[in-house]
Amino acid sequence: MDFDLLINAIIAGLMLGAFYAAVTAGISISFGMLDIVNIAHPGFIILGSYIAYIVNSQLGVDPIVIAIVALPAFYALGMIIYDIYYRSFERHGQDSLRGLAFFFGLLFVTEVALNLVFGVDYRSVNVPYIGGSVSIGAMEFPVRMLVPALVSLAMFGGLQIFMSRTFIGRAVMAVSQDPQALQLMAVDPIRIKRIAFSISLATCSMAGAFLIIIQPVIPSAGREYIGRVFAICVLGGLGSLPGTLIAALLIGVIESITATFYGPSWAPAVSFGLLLLTLAVRPSGLLGR
Amino acid sequence: MRTPVFTIIVALVGAALFAAFRLVGNDYLFFAGYIVLQYVVLATAWNILGGYCGYVNFGSAGFFAIGVYSTVFFYTVGQSVEDIFPEFLLAPMQFIFPLPLPLLVVVAGAVSGLVGLGMGYLTLRLRGVFFAIATLALAVVLETFVVNWPFVGGSRGAYVIPPNEIPIFGPYIQFLFFLMLVLVVVALVVARSIERSKLGVGFATIRDDELAAEATGVPTLRLKLIATVVSGALMGMAGAPFPYYIGYIEPGSAFNLSYAVNSIAMPMIGGTTSWIGPLVGALLLGTLQQVATVTISSAVNLLIVGLLLIFFVIIAPRGIVGLVQDAIRKRRGERVKS
Repeated sequence: MDFDLLINAIIAGLMLGAFYAAVTAGISISFGMLDIVNIAHPGFIILGSYIAYIVNSQLGVDPIVIAIVALPAFYALGMIIYDIYYRSFERHGQDSLRGLAFFFGLLFVTEVALNLVFGVDYRSVNVPYIGGSVSIGAMEFPVRMLVPALVSLAMFGGLQIFMSRTFIGRAVMAVSQDPQALQLMAVDPIRIKRIAFSISLATCSMAGAFLIIIQPVIPSAGREYIGRVFAICVLGGLGSLPGTLIAALLIGVIESITATFYGPSWAPAVSFGLLLLTLAVRPSGLLGR
Repeated sequence: MRTPVFTIIVALVGAALFAAFRLVGNDYLFFAGYIVLQYVVLATAWNILGGYCGYVNFGSAGFFAIGVYSTVFFYTVGQSVEDIFPEFLLAPMQFIFPLPLPLLVVVAGAVSGLVGLGMGYLTLRLRGVFFAIATLALAVVLETFVVNWPFVGGSRGAYVIPPNEIPIFGPYIQFLFFLMLVLVVVALVVARSIERSKLGVGFATIRDDELAAEATGVPTLRLKLIATVVSGALMGMAGAPFPYYIGYIEPGSAFNLSYAVNSIAMPMIGGTTSWIGPLVGALLLGTLQQVATVTISSAVNLLIVGLLLIFFVIIAPRGIVGLVQDAIRKRRGERVKS
């Protein structure tokens, strides 16, 4: 095995993993903490990618800047979706089957709508740093991967601090454990859940921008992330952001090594294999409760 | 109504449909009808696990594709018997291959049933959500395997050349249509007899309150596995004749997400609690899509399906069947009052 190749595969994997962490952060909040199985999440990430694409191709602004500007819009979208979800499903309790079908429908509608508007061509953004790379010795850091990875880590750190230090963040953690106790503390669990879900959707804006910097995007690109994000989320342990980060880096590295030594067409099978393994051996994940 | 009587009635309706189609004599009718019937099987199969047990399967496309590719596999083996088998096996193998299509359907059912069993065994012991997620990922992974497996065509795809004519039926499409009609009858009878048996009652307890069911001694894991196997096998069987229908198959079309969406949307729109729901939903949506594909575009018709799914899930959770039942009850209530 070529040592340089292995080192570079691991580096690429770590950067990929950092990006996966951004993709999964939202799921980790909505599925892990709120018990809302938002399988439409990857669909909204692709939506974020296309927003970055439109603005970038018109005005030439950096996608990450666009994503930050678009955060409130995604936050508002999250509020609307949570309201519909709460009114139609959560309030009546138990009926998770319909909730799942609802999000599946959303995923599908987003994809088909993007397909109708933009067609099935690959779309990409123009940023000056996309071709460059930084090298330290034998190690190569393509800037196209490095920038999203660093911003993603910053975002993830910010989320973790928000969740563990602020009142609302702690209330979100509390609502995942015992909504009734939270109510007794005079906090409206529905409001907290709405905020948390909106934050989870807002991360789609960022993740979408990262995705389109890393690779060209088509409307159906979200599909291959569904298995991956849930694999990361389950592997990390439900509701644990640090666990999600570790799992994301782990899957990134394993996928990258698989792609380097066995060919990229095998990479999608990695996360599924790990998901099944986790479910069979340790369903509570690495850092699960 | 007892099951044998029901079987005879469904078979008669099927035979009448076939006769009517032959009377019209337009081959396009058979081509379009085949797809609608295929959806009836998929929707009914999905409903056995999704509607009766309450476990959502997002991987219908995966199970369907297992059926498709099991046919492609045996077809390809049949094409190159000389290269694959050693000398002494050649004579018997040449006698066996090519396998007749009805046998391929059974084989496809067995293979996808086994995959369902394996998946269910790993994930059904956990909360239902994990099963749903695992099925979502299953389709992606199976697609990865098929793409990397040159023997069944890989990402290039494979050709399956159907014979032009077949004795008794005439054009081959009529035979395929008939075969799918038989599968519809099988699926409906299976679904209805499950619904009315002890098994169906067990499924309903799982759907309503799994914990309570477990506590009262219902063997939930075994029942869920049975449902997964039956449902998966029927989906695989629906996929088996597809290569002969389409002639050229590639992973993108076999694993098309529209199968997964449709097989969820159709029971949801029709109503999930009885066998009629998926049938109504599939006939309605399937026909609508056939018309929309011709008159508007296939992307728009998928959009319609998605929007209808969201609409029904929010507004009419019990589907069309539920709406009709409510209307009947209301009318009866009024009659009682007056």
